Amino acid sequence: MSETTTATDEPVAPEPTPEPELLHGAPVVRVRGQQVVHAGREELVALVRTLRDEGWIQCLDVTGVDYLAHPHADVPAGIQAERFEVVVILMSHHARERLRIRVQVPETDPVVPTLFEVHPGTEGMEREVFDMFGISFDGHPDLTRILMPEDWEGHPLRKDYGIGRIPVQFKDAPDA
Amino acid sequence: MTTTESPHLTDEGAQEMAPRILAGGTEVLREVGSVLRISEAEAAEDAPVDAETTIINMGPQHPSTHGVLRLMLELDGETVLRTKPVIGYLHTGMEKTAETLTYLQGGTNVTRMDYASPIFNELAFCLSAEQLLGLELPPRATWIRMLMSELNRLTSHFLFLATNGMDLGSTSMMIYGWREREEGLRILEMITGLRMNHNFIRVGGTAADLPDGWQARLTEYLDSIPERLEEYEVLMTNQPIWRERLQGVGSITTEEAIALGATGPILRSTGYAWDLRRDMPYLAYDQVDFDVIVGSYGDCFDRYAIRLNEVRESVKILRQCIDMMPAGDYRIQDKKVTPPPRARIDESMEALIHHFKLFTEGFKVPEGDAYAAVESPRGELGVYLVSDGSAKPYRMHVRGPSFVNLQVLPHLMHGGLIADAVAIISSVDPIMGEVDR
Repeated sequence: MSETTTATDEPVAPEPTPEPELLHGAPVVRVRGQQVVHAGREELVALVRTLRDEGWIQCLDVTGVDYLAHPHADVPAGIQAERFEVVVILMSHHARERLRIRVQVPETDPVVPTLFEVHPGTEGMEREVFDMFGISFDGHPDLTRILMPEDWEGHPLRKDYGIGRIPVQFKDAPDA
Repeated sequence: MTTTESPHLTDEGAQEMAPRILAGGTEVLREVGSVLRISEAEAAEDAPVDAETTIINMGPQHPSTHGVLRLMLELDGETVLRTKPVIGYLHTGMEKTAETLTYLQGGTNVTRMDYASPIFNELAFCLSAEQLLGLELPPRATWIRMLMSELNRLTSHFLFLATNGMDLGSTSMMIYGWREREEGLRILEMITGLRMNHNFIRVGGTAADLPDGWQARLTEYLDSIPERLEEYEVLMTNQPIWRERLQGVGSITTEEAIALGATGPILRSTGYAWDLRRDMPYLAYDQVDFDVIVGSYGDCFDRYAIRLNEVRESVKILRQCIDMMPAGDYRIQDKKVTPPPRARIDESMEALIHHFKLFTEGFKVPEGDAYAAVESPRGELGVYLVSDGSAKPYRMHVRGPSFVNLQVLPHLMHGGLIADAVAIISSVDPIMGEVDR
């Protein structure tokens, strides 16, 4: 949408922001034809539960992003951009549409309430986010590492996790 | 039980059952509680002598776990109570690797995730990147992609039929499935140059045009499939032992499947007609005619039958692809995204520079994030891309259908016999490369 407006020869307005549309109190933007909701951590579970009852019955994906090296994440005005972001993708089979919820998670307190109570299918996905980013999910029934070994140190998908820095770990190898 | 006039009226007023909305599966799943959540250390402890249940370990080297899936099963006699899938044995950090590869190289990375259906990985990755770039593809590129997808779906489903047969002791089915799959892979090899890991679908189109004589070769293959499927029907579908092993085994309801995020044949086996190709068409699926196959009981037999019949539907789509393949370019002519034609490089300095830049630096993708999904043989395969405006993805996440579908496994196993475990794992059809990434 913004591409078409800047393509015209009118003086470039600083991001034509119509009054932010709200969905249950959370601002909604349309990015390339997809609905994106920016929700706070506190209202996330209530929002997802309300949306579930409105027809967004399936939670397709929960993932994380570390914006450490790319601080200008495009968040609408009024939302404080933080280092981490948890992205939840919901699906409405009735509306045949996906909805993306982006939740800002501060580095100092990387905790998000779990969606397990609403969508049990998020169990594995949240474990993966915990494993890869170190974001905790409050209330999760089994928040353990899922892809990395149980005794692994660090969270590999964080941007400050060096690649090739960690020596290969051998379990139970006798100390040389 | 006698019926009274108002059964819900009590001292405390009307006690009505909560309306059973579609997502009521959440409550059912919690009541059943089939997921085992104990750590390695807990499982290793010696069980008390009078323990009524046993915890046994299956995999990761078990031949029927489709690679390196490991299951911790809690058994009461021969009955499976709770299950914990333990994964990560094939984790190679592909999402991290993707952050160091350009969009051109990214295809070689994602294609290795779901190694049984590599085309779909490339397709989802490219659709997502193209969404960020805002590219509109020429029709021929779209149709070639669709043709490749369906051809790949055939080989993937044949692989399922082969391994499903093998897991249940029908070794001749394994050989038959492999035979058909190899023939499909030979056509893929003719088109892309490789049996697997093609990196054929690129951002902006495909790597090459279809080779001469592809119609004849493909038609010959498609003509051979119906009678082979008839053989399968005789060998398996109508065979009492086969039905006995699969019918009523590992069943799941629509509500549970949706609550667990299951997609693809698992969701469709419950009688819920949801197929991205029909319901949220991408490529040119809205222009071809095909049916969405659904089951009715959500058991292993339905999942087998769905895949068998999806082969027929894919054949139908492929025949339409042969008839309707439009002429034109197989990739978009955007010199910032796709390399110039080989002949141009000899005569144009600019084309040479563009070619050089593309293959050394790659092309820059506008800032933003995008999610694109395709219906892979296993369900919704989505790629979430975040771009910081450079030539490499800032973050790439793959929503692997196998990863999510694997969570259904404990619920399918619950209350079943240990002997059925292999049939159930097989019917979920997990590809561990995609689960672990």
